[in-house]
Parts: sequence; C-alpha cells; structure tokens
Amino acid sequence: MEETAVSKRSVGAIQVHFKFHLGNFTLDTEFNAPSVGVTGLFGPSGCGKTTLLRCIAGLERATGTLHVNGETWQDATTFVLTHKRPLGYVFQDASLFPHLSVRANLEYGYLRINPGDRKVKLEQVVEWLGLSHLLDRNNPAKLSGGERQRVAIGRALLTSPRIMLMDEPLSALDAASKQEILPYLELLHRELEIPVLYVSHALDEVARLADHLVLLDQGRVIASGAIHETLARLDLPTAHFDDAGAVIQAAIAIHDVTYHLTRIDFSGGSLWVGKLNQMIGTQVRARVLARDVSIATKLPHDSSITNILEGVIKEIRDEGPDKVILSILIGESQALLSRITRRSRDQLCLSVGMTVFAQVKSVALMNG
Amino acid sequence: MDLLDPSDLQALWLTLKLASVTTLLLLLIATALAWWLANSRKWYKGIVSAVVALPLVLPPTVLGFYLLLLMGPHGIVGDITSALHLGRLPFTFSGLVIGSMLFSMPFAVQPIQNAFEAIGKRPLEVAATLRASHLDRFMSVALPLARPGFLTAIILAFSHTVGEFGVVLMLGGNIPGETRVLSVDIYNHVEAMEFGVAHLLAGGMVLFSFTVLLGLYFAGGKSWKKLQ
Repeated sequence: MEETAVSKRSVGAIQVHFKFHLGNFTLDTEFNAPSVGVTGLFGPSGCGKTTLLRCIAGLERATGTLHVNGETWQDATTFVLTHKRPLGYVFQDASLFPHLSVRANLEYGYLRINPGDRKVKLEQVVEWLGLSHLLDRNNPAKLSGGERQRVAIGRALLTSPRIMLMDEPLSALDAASKQEILPYLELLHRELEIPVLYVSHALDEVARLADHLVLLDQGRVIASGAIHETLARLDLPTAHFDDAGAVIQAAIAIHDVTYHLTRIDFSGGSLWVGKLNQMIGTQVRARVLARDVSIATKLPHDSSITNILEGVIKEIRDEGPDKVILSILIGESQALLSRITRRSRDQLCLSVGMTVFAQVKSVALMNG
Repeated sequence: MDLLDPSDLQALWLTLKLASVTTLLLLLIATALAWWLANSRKWYKGIVSAVVALPLVLPPTVLGFYLLLLMGPHGIVGDITSALHLGRLPFTFSGLVIGSMLFSMPFAVQPIQNAFEAIGKRPLEVAATLRASHLDRFMSVALPLARPGFLTAIILAFSHTVGEFGVVLMLGGNIPGETRVLSVDIYNHVEAMEFGVAHLLAGGMVLFSFTVLLGLYFAGGKSWKKLQ
C-alpha cells in the first residue's frame, strides 16, 4: 500500500508551468504535484497563489502549459475553457447562488455533468458534510459561515471532479467555524482519491492537511516536496515562523489504560500522547512545534517530560540576535525542529553531527 | 359615462399596445446592450453609453425631428425600408414603435446594466467551475440575479412610453387608430376646450403613473430583500 502511494506521488500527475504578467507583478511558476493527496500551495499574501489557482482553473489566462492526470488543459495551441475542465473549485467566500436553495446549489453542477460521470452522489455528500438538515433551506445567505462553506465544498464535489482546487476555504471564517470545517476537510482527505490543490497562508492548516507542499514567494516556486521534508528544511521561510515545526506521520501502537495514554510509532521513534479513541494501527499525523522541543546532551533520567527522542543534529541556523533553530534527525528520515536560545547552544556546545536528546513538551495530533 | 367617445377608447387601446410592443422589443435589445456595457472593456464603450443616454437630455422634438428626416423619403432608413417594400415609417404604428424604443432606451438599459454590474464576476465564475457554458451561466445565474433590474426596466420603459408626446407628434402626427395615442388625444381635447374629457384622461394618467411608481417601490423593495 505504502509502496504504491509513494511511487504514484513521484510521478507528478499535475504539471504546472505558468508565466503571467500584471502590472509589476510577475508569476513564473513551475512545479509538479502528485496525483493523490493534498498539495498545499503556501506563501504570504500577494505571492500569487490565488492567481496560480485561477490559472489552473482557466479563470485567468497565463501563458504556459498545464497537464492534469494525463490531459492537456493548456499549452501553446490548447486552452480548455473552465466549464470543460473536470475540476471542483472552492472559493474563499462560499459564493453560494443566492437565488437557489441549498439543494439546488448542491445540484447545480451535478445536473450539468454526464449522468454516466456522476460518481459522487448527493446522499454521500450530504452524509460526509452533515448537510441533511440544511437541504431544504431556501435562503443560503442565512446559513452560518461554516455551513455555507460546507455546502460550497459539497457542490464542488458533486461534479465528480478529477482535481479539487481550494482557495483558502477557511480564511473567511472565524476560529470556531474553522474548527467546525477542519474535521470535514480531513475526512475528505481520507475518503477522496482525487488530488487536491489547497491554497493557504496559514501554516497550521497546511501542516494539518497537506501531504505535499509547494512554497511560493513573489510569484515564484521556492520549494516543492513532501510536507515532512519541506517543513523540516531550515533554509526555507517556513522554519522561521513562530509556529514552525515538524510533521510526523505515525500509527497508533499501544493504548495505556492505566495512565490514559496512547503511544504512536513512526520510523525512528515513538511518542506518548493523551489517550486516543481510534484502533491500534490507525494512521495519525502529529505536529511538534520547534518552540516545544528543548535539547539535552545526556539522557535526562529525572525529567517530567515523557517524550525524549535521541537524534543527531543535522543543521543549526541563527534566528535573530537571541535564538537558533536546529534540525535533528530522528532515525533515518524523520526530522524534528527545535528552537532554543543562542546562549543554550553555546553552553551545551551544540554542533552539527552531535547526538542529542530532544525533549518534546507538547504534541499536537491531527488525523490525516 | 358619455364623456368618453369611441375614439378616446381607441387612443387608450393604441397607447397600451404601443407601450407593450415597445417594452417587449426593447427588453431584447436592452438586455444584449446592457450585458455588453456591463462586461466590455472596449475603448468605445463610453461612446455607446453616451449615445444610449442621449434621449435623457434631448428634447423629444429633436429626436423626433431627426427620426422623421432619417425615416422619410430622403433619409437613409427611408430608402432602405422602401427598397424592402416596407413603405415609409413616419405616420405609421411601426414608426412610432421605433421612435418610442429609442426614446425609452436609457430607461431600459440602465437598470439592467446596473443589475448585471452588481452581480459581479464571482457568481459567473462559480457557475463556470460547475460546468455551465456561457449561455447557461447567463440564463441560470445572470438573468435570475438581475431580476430587480428587469422589473424596474419593464415598468420604466412601459410608463415612459405611455407618457410620450413629443416624439409621437413629430413622427406620427394624429391619425386615429394608427398614431393617435392618449397624450395626443388629451392635447386635442384641450385644444377643443373639452376640459371635462381632458380631465378624465389626464387624471387617469396621473393615477396610472402613481400606481406604477408605487408598484415599483414595493416590488423593488421585495426583490431587494429576497436578494439579501
């Protein structure tokens, strides 16, 4: 299972190359995205990620080439019009049709595709997104922000798209609505077998949802790769965010009933977290923030911290006048980030290649 | 009610017919024009806009005068219509319809154009990502969302045509059953010092106009509420 997923990912089924000029803004991007899972398009506001997504949808015209799942959507001689591209697009604001009921909104695209292509059914979407009590509402404007966005996602899914494009679907929502939507997005991530391009400027969203990350800055791609590799790279701006951290793909190994804890294992180590309800073997994604990892040079025996991982310092970078950030390799491939003071680094005489013990103060769990 | 004779009723009927035909034809042309004006980025869009708005500021007699010249025996339009064996347009009902359409054009185009512009690009883009073709998007999204604008356009164009006088007089004269509409009829009665009939017809017009505006106010309010 894991083997095929990896080999599929390396193919790069979505090939994007665009050039776009608008005033003094230039978009010049080239990247490949895998044909399964979520690819996060991440960058600061104004970096061109929304424009890029609009070009992929054909809503904006840029010169370049675009291949999706073996089909040419755009090249020197071809430009497939938006309504002929089998995509689902979720806009920042839900943009439900105000003159149609929730049901008619959901069915708008569904009724416009060939009956033979209707792989996603209304009942399925209604169940996935918890929409049954909203179906007969006539005035979509009266729905809450979170409800509207769920309907918009359902509406896009009902066109049985071969790729989903999501343009910051959570950015217009308040914190509570975000928490309401995220589990649904994670669910879709697990259930759907179609690639998703997910535009965001929020690192925690991307860390939670994406498998692959494309980093954009001023209209250019500065990095593209698997999420756990990209977020662990110290040469990228993402390592210097306040909430920078590593993403760990793990599986539930043991439930400890006495202390109400669960152990999750990943290649290279394991972590104890608060008791989870899922079965043993379930895949989970954990995020360990750099600021929650401290360093010891000897294994501390009398520490209250449960999670202590042995690893090798791979890289150290200065961060401002007082902080440094370290990447520590745990096992073969999993890296952790740790942000400590410059003084601690000097007192412990930390250097690349040293074996250290990373004390993890907190682990955030995300199903995915 | 011996005040109104059959010729007055004929004028009333002709007025309603003229207003209906004008409004109906105008809707087709105004919708296309409004869509183009709302979406075009061509440099000559401003010129087209100004030409459409011209009847708002021109005295109706000026418009009527030039139409008479154009459609008359020595005008370009007149030459074309005679070449097509359609005869001459002045002093006919068809001529009146064309004159009224031009005269009421801004009253139909502008509310529809505003409504199209208020929709913005987003709902149409959403429809495109949901597989709707250009025409489909226009029919299933743009038209229903622009409904308040259409309502305003219909009411304004209809009532404006009912109240038209100058263009009719210049273009259509005073032929009973063909071009003698209500406003001309009232004028005739006043000329003949028949103030009673004039009062009845004029008062009826006032009542009609007031009802129309009142209806517009309520219908407009309702559709706005529905949109929000």
